[in-house]
Amino acid sequence: MSAAANRLRRRHGAEWRFRACGAIAIAIAIAILAALLGGILWQGVGALWRTEILLDIDIDAGTIDPAGTRDPAALAGADYGVLVKNALRARFPEATERKQKRDLAALASNEAAYALRDRVMTEPGLIGTRLKLWVPASSDVDMLWKGVLDRDTLVDGGRLDADQVAWIDALAADGSVATSFNAAFFTGGDSREPEQAGIAGALVGTILTMAVTLVLSFPLGVAAAVYLEEFAPKNRWTDLIEVNINNLAAVPSIVFGLLGLAVFLGFFGLPRSAPLVGGLVLSLMTLPTLIIAARAALAAVPPSIRDGALAVGASPLQSVFHHVLPLAMPGILTGSIIGMARAAGETAPLLMIGMVAFIVDIPGGITDPSSVLPVQVYLWADAPERGFAEKTAAAILVLLVFLAVMNLAAVVLRRRFERRW
Amino acid sequence: MIKSLFLAAAAAVAMSGAAEARDQIRIVGSSTVFPFTSAVAEQFGSAGKFNTPVVESTGTGGGIKLFCAGIGPDHPDIVNASREIKDSEVKSCAEAGITEITEVKIGYDGIVLATSKEHPPLSLNQEKIWLALAKEVPVNGQLVANPYRTWADIDPSLPADKIEVLGPPPTSGTRDAFVELALDKGCAKFPEIEALEGDAKKAACQTIREDGAFIEAGENDNLIVNKLAANPRAVGVFGFGFLDQNTDKLHAALVGDVAPTFETISDGSYPVSRSLYIYVKNAHVGVIPGIKEFVAEYMSDRASGEEGYLIDKGLIPLPAAEHETVGVAAMALQPLTN
Repeated sequence: MSAAANRLRRRHGAEWRFRACGAIAIAIAIAILAALLGGILWQGVGALWRTEILLDIDIDAGTIDPAGTRDPAALAGADYGVLVKNALRARFPEATERKQKRDLAALASNEAAYALRDRVMTEPGLIGTRLKLWVPASSDVDMLWKGVLDRDTLVDGGRLDADQVAWIDALAADGSVATSFNAAFFTGGDSREPEQAGIAGALVGTILTMAVTLVLSFPLGVAAAVYLEEFAPKNRWTDLIEVNINNLAAVPSIVFGLLGLAVFLGFFGLPRSAPLVGGLVLSLMTLPTLIIAARAALAAVPPSIRDGALAVGASPLQSVFHHVLPLAMPGILTGSIIGMARAAGETAPLLMIGMVAFIVDIPGGITDPSSVLPVQVYLWADAPERGFAEKTAAAILVLLVFLAVMNLAAVVLRRRFERRW
Repeated sequence: MIKSLFLAAAAAVAMSGAAEARDQIRIVGSSTVFPFTSAVAEQFGSAGKFNTPVVESTGTGGGIKLFCAGIGPDHPDIVNASREIKDSEVKSCAEAGITEITEVKIGYDGIVLATSKEHPPLSLNQEKIWLALAKEVPVNGQLVANPYRTWADIDPSLPADKIEVLGPPPTSGTRDAFVELALDKGCAKFPEIEALEGDAKKAACQTIREDGAFIEAGENDNLIVNKLAANPRAVGVFGFGFLDQNTDKLHAALVGDVAPTFETISDGSYPVSRSLYIYVKNAHVGVIPGIKEFVAEYMSDRASGEEGYLIDKGLIPLPAAEHETVGVAAMALQPLTN
């Protein structure tokens, strides 16, 4: 074999090895991603369903409306929990001891009373009648029904005792236990009871915070980039600014939280835990990334575009805003989406400004107390109750969907602006 | 662009007016007390008379700093604490004009050393815990690098398993309490350590070995619980609430022949337990609506009483008589005296 053929074979071999390495790297990355997503999906999909129990409730007029006035205020304040407990006791009269009664009442969620209240409030005619109502089961029952709690290990001192398991089996035997779609997860605020906890408060908080971040950082960032790239003279000052912007992009995010605490809360006296302050802090964090990306996008526009515009008599301002900026827009959008996505996943800077908090009410505006999705994930992951494990995974899924929607928006906008030359 | 900056600044100033009026209690502080206080907050809010309080999880130290920053709607009304407030903190509060603080002891928390149910529970005491975890231990009157590799090296009655303890990192309040209640108490029983002075003694007691026997498993206690299931020979250190939620998989080591249960922690016979508190800023009572009612809800029998909903969340209740006296004192808003 000639030396040339040998060399050729070696070169082909090198190429083949390089390609194989690349393919293996991508395969490993895809496998890890699939395992990660699969694991979260496997755990989180359970949160879409919740276990309910069918109860035959005697809506006793004497308990909830002793005055007989049907006054909405009195009806709203009445004790519906007693009715739920009585319905369970009527179903299982063998529970007579105090502990047994407590265990029996623990089968239904606290929310059962609220569900009953809402039903009675909308239909006061039900008072004094019997009503068959599907009410949410407690988290422990939910976990048992979904198979998260293993019934064999429950015997010696588990979360549910033998009586409770027997009662659930009895209910299941006559078709009184079922799972249904957990709409409350998407419409409710946070709760300390896993079966009642919802993601809506955190989702709305994230949307509000991101809106504030976008409104503040996008125009400021693009304007700064256009000035620095197209108009600013090259001197020591602009060099200094450039170095500082690059440094700021590498500052740990909690530092921005401390800054927010000192400036926005301390000096301006803005409210704690508000999406407005969260958005301000996150836009400070996003700005450097955005400016760097926007400048890179502007620099990538060929100089011939500027020269052409100037040659036909456009002013420098017109050449930038009519020609250069539209061409740089896809790159700028990508940069801002990357910056925003990073901001959407932050909890550290929000700790300092009070957004790592238990907030039940869904925020109605940018000054209402609110948390955000990553904070919700963090808080639920830290909760001892078993039921929060699937909620945590489901919250991560919601966060991922939110980020995917943001990226999709960027892709769509890119398509619209994209020009080729 | 300058215009929009001005607009943002103007909006900021306008918003600061909104912060003046507040009709919602704000609570900061310990992440250990957080699950209990947030459960009370939720119940309190669902009754419909007041807005649901906002409860932040900032850690005890950070919470007290915020709490002591001043009086007025910009500052929190209540702080959760997993330890007693320090004299220095009371002083810094007083410097900000906060002279009247009500201390409310809400219950106890036990720190457990849990293992998988696949093996019988360990029988330990504070000395053995310290010997297993300290960096240097006394051998024949000399402090030497910890030679113990297995539990049986410490006490032949213990299993011959490798010492492998998963615990919280130094930033965690659970770690502080574990060091104080288990390690400090354990090392105090050795005359070689007693002979040391000041900082040297503290370092000898509190320095945990770094040869892999103690593994810092992160702030998240659920992570430790999951790791114990995967590694049945390991021991996990975390709060009692997590044991209570995982009794189907885990059980706790006996400390001084006492197993951690509601009863043994409540009556103080389980040694590794601490008290949990909330501190109320008296100056805010009557200004921010609902503070008194919130404290009343917290100390009611249906919340922190022996069969209250906080007990289902893993709080260890005060003994009935103490619960009553603490409740009465809390309702009277008796300030701390120094």
